[in-house]
Amino acid sequence: MLGIHLAELTSANDQGITDAVEVVAGLDAALVDGLGRLGPDAAEALSALGAAVSGSPLAGAVDSAIAAVRDGRIDLEALAALAAARAALLGAVHDALLARFDEAVGRERGLPAAAPIAAAAGGAVTGCRAWLQELAINGWRGVDHDLVAAADRIIETLWSAPRSRRSAVLLDGFAAELRAAAPIATMDRIPARRWADLWTRALLLTWRGEDTAEPETVTGRLLVVGVDVHEHGTAVQAQAHGVLEVNAGPARLVRVSIGAAKVDSIVGPAVWRVLGEHPRLLRALAERRAITVTDMPLTATGDLLWIDERAELAEEADPFTTARVALPEAVAAALAPLDRHPVHLGEPVLVENYRFEDGALVVDGHRLPVELDRLPRCGPLTPELVAVSTACIGLVRWDSDGWRVRPLGLEYPVKKTAAYAHTGDWALGPTDPKAAKALAKSGDSVAVLRERAGRLLRK
Amino acid sequence: MESDERALERFSVVRVLPVVAPRKLAKVPFVEMADGRVQGVVSSGSDVARVYVSSISVSSISVSSISVSSSTVSSSPSPEHGLSCSTNNNRPCGGLSGGYACKHIEALLNEAVLQYGAERVARFLGVDVPGDGRALLYTLNTTRATTPAAVVFSRFLRHLSYLEQPATTTPVPELHWFPATGASA
Repeated sequence: MLGIHLAELTSANDQGITDAVEVVAGLDAALVDGLGRLGPDAAEALSALGAAVSGSPLAGAVDSAIAAVRDGRIDLEALAALAAARAALLGAVHDALLARFDEAVGRERGLPAAAPIAAAAGGAVTGCRAWLQELAINGWRGVDHDLVAAADRIIETLWSAPRSRRSAVLLDGFAAELRAAAPIATMDRIPARRWADLWTRALLLTWRGEDTAEPETVTGRLLVVGVDVHEHGTAVQAQAHGVLEVNAGPARLVRVSIGAAKVDSIVGPAVWRVLGEHPRLLRALAERRAITVTDMPLTATGDLLWIDERAELAEEADPFTTARVALPEAVAAALAPLDRHPVHLGEPVLVENYRFEDGALVVDGHRLPVELDRLPRCGPLTPELVAVSTACIGLVRWDSDGWRVRPLGLEYPVKKTAAYAHTGDWALGPTDPKAAKALAKSGDSVAVLRERAGRLLRK
Repeated sequence: MESDERALERFSVVRVLPVVAPRKLAKVPFVEMADGRVQGVVSSGSDVARVYVSSISVSSISVSSISVSSSTVSSSPSPEHGLSCSTNNNRPCGGLSGGYACKHIEALLNEAVLQYGAERVARFLGVDVPGDGRALLYTLNTTRATTPAAVVFSRFLRHLSYLEQPATTTPVPELHWFPATGASA
């Protein structure tokens, strides 16, 4: 990313985005006190939401929903309509932001895939909706220990079916935050945007059918640019962003996701041990090697559905070279239409010729704040390393205060020569002696728990 | 980035739960703060197939365990702490006598402090962190309680069952709300 790219990205003041986010904030505030206790501000916020989607196909459903909620009828249909309206607004914000990014850096992007058809209620979905309805009626301030505990059974059922994995992971992370904060009535400040986001997505997922689009199969060479790691108490996911060179057509910007369930005492570098049996992928990440893939499924959203047996390790490939040479030409994919939300913006970029100042990379006087508090403990990147770095591979992201970058790889000087650190470096175990020692000291937590599970679980 | 007073309310991605520290799991494979108790499972020193189910309950659970709460410890009355310890087959622990903790409860609380930090555990138990470096255990107002081992043990089994879940290569986009954190020098 050059200074001019950054200037174009950060200088624009898009009033539409500000207005849309303001309407969303109104609904978020209403959910703090609960739709069961609709104050004048909340009623006004609902009207604003209705007005914002009045020109869309959602208009009728949202109008009925607002009328129902005003009458104290907070039924599932009304909640689904309100959630859909909120998601539509943030989807539009996402589109505007992504279009701005693509234009600023000149990234080409494919067209979105068709949306999946709606799902019918039944099984875990019904219980899930009922719990989310209780949350909406009570508001975050009305959440107590009993209401949180009611989610346990639902979450257990969601985990038991692979089809509902997304809901299970989301609800588990959400409920853990509510549990730790309960009773919430006394909380000073509430993460209103976040919890409304999680509530909205959880509710909409219950209405979504399975993605029926058949992935294509691809053969080519995968060059990893960087690895992003996500984690809460019971789930972890490593997402490798890379450029896939195929025989015919332009190179594609793709993602490889490997994820697993875990428990909260498995943290730090130990998470690599539960991410599954992908020896070639993990070795490619740790040794910064290219990978040849054969007949690997690739979805319309640019997600390479990893099958380790169809991968072969190839030559060493410096992610910075990939980011310099291949990344600018790669064609990106669009998100699944129903997933559109600014939280999913995570565009790999290379930033160079900056100085690090006051928590931001500064290029030609344009600031790009760095997410220093989002560096995972399972890799070698630290805030100190960011501060002395001379080049950075990262994901460009966005939250309410604007654009920012999450570092995935750093170039930094050690005794006048360049050294490199990437989040995936520790995929086969920490390469840093201090971290390796700490890991050894805490013992093999995964093995200990597996032993306990083997002995106690099947009795 | 999150220093702004409004940040917590206006951001999609904010850290709500404090980072959990790694610890050795061999002795105390499971500890949690839930249902108004610090509870968990302690491996027996003599029999690999036996575990002790230990818990410390709090008489009034009016405070939350994370610091975004405005509740302060000093404003609530001093709570009572019920100690309970038995094997997973409900045989009472011989070491627990009256309000005096057995070594299992002591180990449980020590590991809870390692995992969650003294401050968070103390807030959950409604006590202050001792300033003189004494163990948290000695600040508790302990009595004997009879928490059913089965309740805690089933939570442990549920906990373990996460490791039986198959790994997946299908992306979970919702995890973008939960970026990994915690790196420091």
